[in-house]
Amino acid sequence: MKIDRRSFLGLGLGAAAGIALSPVGVKLTDDSSIWTQNWPWTPVPEDGEITYDRSVCSLCPGACGISVRKINGRPVKIEGLDDHPINNGGACLHGIAGLQYLYDPARIKTPLKKNGNKFEKISWDEAISLVAGKLGEIRESGTPESLGLISGADNGSMAQLFRRFMDAFGSPNTYTMPSLESNLALTAAALHSADRSLGFDIDHSDFILSFGAAIIEGWGSPVACIQANASRHERKAKLVQVDYRLSNTANAADKIIAVKPGTEADLALGLCAVLLAKTKIAKDSLSGDVNKLAFSAMLEKEYTSDKVEAITGVKAADVEALAMAFIKAKAPVAVPGKGRGDVGQSLREFAAVQALNALAGRLNKEGGVFVMWPAGYLKFPENVMDDTAEQGAGKAKLAGSVTELVDKLEKDGGLSALFIYNANPCYALNNTEKVKAAMDKVGFKVSFSSFMDETALKSDVILPASIFLERLEDVVSGAGLAKTVVGLCRPMVKPVFDTKHPGDTLILLAQAMGDSIAEGFSWDSYEACLEEVTGDIWDTLSDDGYVVIDDKPPVGTPVTDFTFLSSAPKIDVPMGEGDFTLVPVDKMRLAGGSMISSPFAVKTVSDTVLSGKYSVVEINPATAGALKDGDVAVLKTAMGTVKVKIGLNEGIMAGVIGMPRGLGHTFNNPYVAGKGVNVNDLIGPVIEPGSGLDAAFGIKATLSKA
Amino acid sequence: MSELENKANDDPGGGAHHGINNGPEDDKGLGLGVIFFMGAFLVCFLSGWLLFPKLLYSKKEQPFNFDHSLHVEEIGDCETCHFLREDGTFSGIPGLESCMECHTDEPMGETDDEAVFAEEYVAQGKEVPWLIYAKQPDCVYFSHAAHIVAGGMDCKTCHGHIGETSSSRPYEENRITGYSRDIWGKNIWGIKKNSWDRMKMDDCADCHLEEMGHKGYCFQCHK
Repeated sequence: MKIDRRSFLGLGLGAAAGIALSPVGVKLTDDSSIWTQNWPWTPVPEDGEITYDRSVCSLCPGACGISVRKINGRPVKIEGLDDHPINNGGACLHGIAGLQYLYDPARIKTPLKKNGNKFEKISWDEAISLVAGKLGEIRESGTPESLGLISGADNGSMAQLFRRFMDAFGSPNTYTMPSLESNLALTAAALHSADRSLGFDIDHSDFILSFGAAIIEGWGSPVACIQANASRHERKAKLVQVDYRLSNTANAADKIIAVKPGTEADLALGLCAVLLAKTKIAKDSLSGDVNKLAFSAMLEKEYTSDKVEAITGVKAADVEALAMAFIKAKAPVAVPGKGRGDVGQSLREFAAVQALNALAGRLNKEGGVFVMWPAGYLKFPENVMDDTAEQGAGKAKLAGSVTELVDKLEKDGGLSALFIYNANPCYALNNTEKVKAAMDKVGFKVSFSSFMDETALKSDVILPASIFLERLEDVVSGAGLAKTVVGLCRPMVKPVFDTKHPGDTLILLAQAMGDSIAEGFSWDSYEACLEEVTGDIWDTLSDDGYVVIDDKPPVGTPVTDFTFLSSAPKIDVPMGEGDFTLVPVDKMRLAGGSMISSPFAVKTVSDTVLSGKYSVVEINPATAGALKDGDVAVLKTAMGTVKVKIGLNEGIMAGVIGMPRGLGHTFNNPYVAGKGVNVNDLIGPVIEPGSGLDAAFGIKATLSKA
Repeated sequence: MSELENKANDDPGGGAHHGINNGPEDDKGLGLGVIFFMGAFLVCFLSGWLLFPKLLYSKKEQPFNFDHSLHVEEIGDCETCHFLREDGTFSGIPGLESCMECHTDEPMGETDDEAVFAEEYVAQGKEVPWLIYAKQPDCVYFSHAAHIVAGGMDCKTCHGHIGETSSSRPYEENRITGYSRDIWGKNIWGIKKNSWDRMKMDDCADCHLEEMGHKGYCFQCHK
């Protein structure tokens, strides 16, 4: 027998035919397709019992109610809480991505101590005794006022607990980072009275005049604002946006009034002048006869419509028409605060806008501005202060604001120790190089951060804080909302790492210091403290998850004092030289302050904002010269030089460069850091006399092809 | 010379060049081709039908035998153990906690399986690693509530008479996909006689077409 080519052919064909007529082919095709769908590296949540727990998001000042979906007790999804008085079921992209913060690569997993340039792990006992020891030395040396505190927010029990510690220690040097909330409090203090805040009833207004406020991009309580804007059409409310670029809010507005950057205050005062000259102002709503005040004399003289046109670029006729439209509306409200209203704001501008509300008789009226009392639901027992504390706490503060503090520290020091809680000044303040240099002047820095951010990297000891999903806390609404709601943030999961609630850390620290300080902090835990200080509302708070303290207009019309405005100096911004004015642009998808965007949020940013490693800057084609869309260019200001990508955009005023805020982080998180540049690096602070605010909304810049 | 060598020498192949070019030799070549074809065909065909299914699936035994019929007799219907939660989700195979509502670490019966359960799992507080015959891929969303409550369907329609069995049959795991043989069905060609023979997408679609008049949309199950 001979095996030849035909035999092989027969063998092959026979095998093929045999397999074809068996189920092998069909079955293998099916199975291999299922195999590819189930590759083991695809993360799949476990099956199990689904539960929903209520909490409050405290990533931003919005204080939205959230519902956390869990499977077998493990949180898997964050959703907006239905029927919550602030967000009514809605949630923003930062909130829904909240779970990513739990496992963030930049999280601080254990207490750390700086040794040279490196951090080394220490135990909680070591960390507490180390900090308590240092603080003890400061107190013994008789200068307790040289302990400083920079914190993020000024409301809620945690802020008061920190303040209590500072008092008991003996230091008046507590500072809060600039926020919309703090700017509104300053405005209320300048025009009405101290310890008040302003709430804007955008929900019920039929004519919203926004002075650059990014109503749908993160101003105030973002979800509440977005919902108020969304219902505008239904309730026939108009939105007029005063802006120098076509922001999302401007795009959604009924009318855009283009102004030169930095002249919003002048426009507001121009509108006030028209109201005074042409209409009968609701005099009974003001203190005395406004026409006899220095303020009205100043308006009459310096803010004629022609002069306002020259300053702002808005036509005199348009100024008058806008003022008349505003006063003729049933429930108009003027809203201050460019972008998110936090960094780079002038009190003069806030006050001018509020003056417009006052003159139009919109204070404490539905759809207007509420001059609100603080949410006084917390009742701390009396603090215990020894002689050292009394003496130190009675001394004058080093500076009026955190920006002034930085200035002071950088020039001639003044603090021997600094606490940093809920704040990232080395990223969020203008001229970050200067802030870092100021930090270097402080001998001993203690950070209560959850993440190894720019400021934590500068610290000497880190007492890592559990994040909002791991802790209990009262969260008070603010941020320009016309109601006060206290929500209860509850632990949704046990701390993922060896972190503690900063309230517990502070109690441990106070107890380690002993004597009078320990006496003032005699609680077993922060939970016990919260239960005690919330007193009457604790039961409702822990049952319902929130308590509405007030949602009605305050009674009566508050007194308005225009003295600040009649003497408020105009500040000479922007500084530096160049053909362009660089301004930061707030985007909903990018967090700007001490909160850091999640990897998910960064992923959703479009390539007209972040392209590869470059921040994209908006410029008008008319002023672009030889620069083309997508070009890499060199942007230079008095503070620094960076490379950016050009995004031609006819929606921005000629001569203005818009740069996204919230990029350019420089810490260890590959998903968020190393992308774009931090616009705050490029802007120098301009301290406004009379308020201490950093009013640098922008800076002069040059732009050339790389 | 050995016998072998003698034989070799006697070989008629000594005439190696004999008859190499004649016609009938060609016909024999074609015949061989056909034989090879038939042989290969038969081997592959039969292996495809008989050997392949055996190779494709590996057999695994459940941790110990479970008597469904006994449990149904003692405590009632399927829903006692495999219940719907209040939110409509299906509890699946009961956890140890549910079993311990009746069982303790003292065996209740005389069987070896009961002893294994009591000693290795209940006493040690360890969940039983049951192998699940009906587990679908993760890309499939399936609501038991929609079928049982809204559709009024019987467990048997999809799962067969499992409640009447007194022993756990071996779990046959597909070596490629990792899923149970019950999904594709015992019949390798995929032919089914009963509604519970298979649990593939087409089986869902067939039933939907019959009951709802429509096969359903992709996103109904692939969410």
